[in-house]
Amino acid sequence: MGDYILLFISCIFVNNILLMQYLGNCPFLGTSKRMETAVGMGMAVIFVLVMAGAITWVTEYFVLKPFGYEFLRTMSFILVIAALVQFVELFLKKSIPALYAGLGIFLPLITTNCAVMGVCLINIKEEYSFIECLVSSFSYAAGFGLALILFAGVRERILLARVPKPLQDTSIGLVTAGMMSLAFFAFKGMA
Amino acid sequence: MAKKSVFQEFSKGLWAEVPPFRLVLGLCPTLAITKSVDNGLGMGIAVTFVLVCSNVLISLLKNLIPKEVRIACYIVIIATFVTVVELSMQAFVYPLFLQLGIFIPLIVVNCILLGRAEAFAAKNGVIASLADGLGMGIGYTLALSALSAIREILGNGTFYKMAVFGPGFEPFRFMVEAPGAFMCLGLMLCVMNVIGKK
Repeated sequence: MGDYILLFISCIFVNNILLMQYLGNCPFLGTSKRMETAVGMGMAVIFVLVMAGAITWVTEYFVLKPFGYEFLRTMSFILVIAALVQFVELFLKKSIPALYAGLGIFLPLITTNCAVMGVCLINIKEEYSFIECLVSSFSYAAGFGLALILFAGVRERILLARVPKPLQDTSIGLVTAGMMSLAFFAFKGMA
Repeated sequence: MAKKSVFQEFSKGLWAEVPPFRLVLGLCPTLAITKSVDNGLGMGIAVTFVLVCSNVLISLLKNLIPKEVRIACYIVIIATFVTVVELSMQAFVYPLFLQLGIFIPLIVVNCILLGRAEAFAAKNGVIASLADGLGMGIGYTLALSALSAIREILGNGTFYKMAVFGPGFEPFRFMVEAPGAFMCLGLMLCVMNVIGKK
């Protein structure tokens, strides 16, 4: 049990997917302008990533490995993730419309979110067991949500500040992200 | 299509629409692998290859692909070329392959590729798509090289593994770590904005 807690902490803080592993930066900058969209995106990523982590683990160990098709990993993972996202979208639309209203517009964006694909590949690379894979997927996604929501909070305040013209928008966003990353850097001392 | 416009398609990727700076696409590898110049250059070349091949193939097939499933088709085409790159890098430049790690398969989800396929190759002819892919790819390579040169020189005191400063130079370790990447890119965007305004 202790191992899982350690994995959880290290995935959320020490190896934060956005600020330390540099994955998922496009939605990070794109959806962090307003708090609402940041919360929606964070939730959608947690929702999809856990399922994607599980399904790609099954694909790797029950389909690709036994038949020796590991070289098709890239292609099969992206297809599985794309199909999963499409399926989740249809399922939510039909059966849980309230959740769909909240997450709906973010779901298509997730296919091309490199955080999702990245975590699935990390899971395979680190040779996690199925349970470890679920824990790491969830905690990476939670780390993504945490960083995104914190960053959206900072960015809403920046809107009120007077920023020099050339630095506006993405530029100041990146510098702010750099400072947040510096703060998360402190967690490295814990590991 | 006239010759001049082909050249325009090519040259717009070099400055006016440099992918990571102007379109803010494909940021993840831009930040992650620009610790040293050879990584930046290798990644740029890999992306250029995939971009050119997928752009050409998509523009050839654009009338055959049904509208409803086009995104899935594009992803399959892109993933095919990424697999080609991945296997050839593993065979011929193994040290670089180890350095870039999971960022090679992640070229699949690089938004530049899908973005160009959807915005350009699906609407234009083969030659124009080739020029567009080549221009965007070279622009991306240049941007990655510039960013990685700054980070390697300041963070390590070297350029392409050769020492730049004397032995008295204390490297800013900060620049090769994650926070340096974000700040460096942010400040480069700022410089681009200042130059672009004039």
